[in-house]
Amino acid sequence: MNNLNVAKIQLNGAPYEINNGSNLNELLNKLKIEKNKVAIEVNGEIIEKKKYINLVLKKDDKVEIVHFIGGG
Amino acid sequence: MEDLFTIANKNYKSRLIVGTGKYKNFEETANAVNASGADIVTVAVRRVNILDKGQPLLMDYLDPKSITYLPNTAGCYSSEEALRTLRLAREMGGWRLVKLEVLGDKKTLYPNMIETIKSTEILVKEGFEVMAYCTDDPILSKKIEDAGACAIMPLGSPIGSGLGIQNKINIKLIKEQSSVPVIVDAGVGTASDATIAMELGCDGVLINTAIAEAKNPVMMAESMKYAVIAGRKAFRAVRMKKRGYANPSSPQDNLI
Repeated sequence: MNNLNVAKIQLNGAPYEINNGSNLNELLNKLKIEKNKVAIEVNGEIIEKKKYINLVLKKDDKVEIVHFIGGG
Repeated sequence: MEDLFTIANKNYKSRLIVGTGKYKNFEETANAVNASGADIVTVAVRRVNILDKGQPLLMDYLDPKSITYLPNTAGCYSSEEALRTLRLAREMGGWRLVKLEVLGDKKTLYPNMIETIKSTEILVKEGFEVMAYCTDDPILSKKIEDAGACAIMPLGSPIGSGLGIQNKINIKLIKEQSSVPVIVDAGVGTASDATIAMELGCDGVLINTAIAEAKNPVMMAESMKYAVIAGRKAFRAVRMKKRGYANPSSPQDNLI
């Protein structure tokens, strides 16, 4: 069953459904993530924070959201 | 005379850099970091856990505005992976000072020096200040400096081994020939190891496992703080010459 209102993307290596036409800011809001604490790559390209609002995600986009964790 | 610890034109009070891995929780991490007196902490870059919304973050416990975050590339086995990681780290908060670590082998976690040198050159061109984890080989560590690293970080012994400084002669050689800071990274097991690194003339020490895996990490963190200070002062004070035989400490004249 294909729902035209959703698009399936790859988020941190796993399938994830977003509302069609969502931009990166909207994705972060949905995930309850503050944008100043993460960095995002879409299809292998690092996206500057100011461009989040204009980057509309498409079906099959590969999105990586990373943050800092404890490490040596 | 002030004894400044300068990396990439920035001064730091403490010569101890600590890692933030392997702790029970963020509270223990923060307590240990505070007890260590470190101004710089290393951090890793990993995927956000999407399923666990609203989980606490390291940044909630250690404020990057009051302590310097040093993003590392731990877990990277190629130049490409390391570059990707550090570019993401820079995007996160504008960090230009980074710790490059390109590993060569899972069993020893020894650095792959060919990839490390290659990565250093690229990162320096992109405007990064690179502190590079390297072998304790004087020739290769010189190559790292030539590639533009702002600090050289030779291992004392393998990461997480706690075996101390295995090759003091090499560490001393590296320090003598380097014009950028030399920081012993990896291998410190207990306070005396940190002191030895500093007595050899190193500019600093990076410690993670020796603190995190101590029975009392917070107390060990404090111990490392004093160990680094003690070793640095001993180095600056210049130790006595060694003698083959005894030499009395009390005057030999006017004995009763």
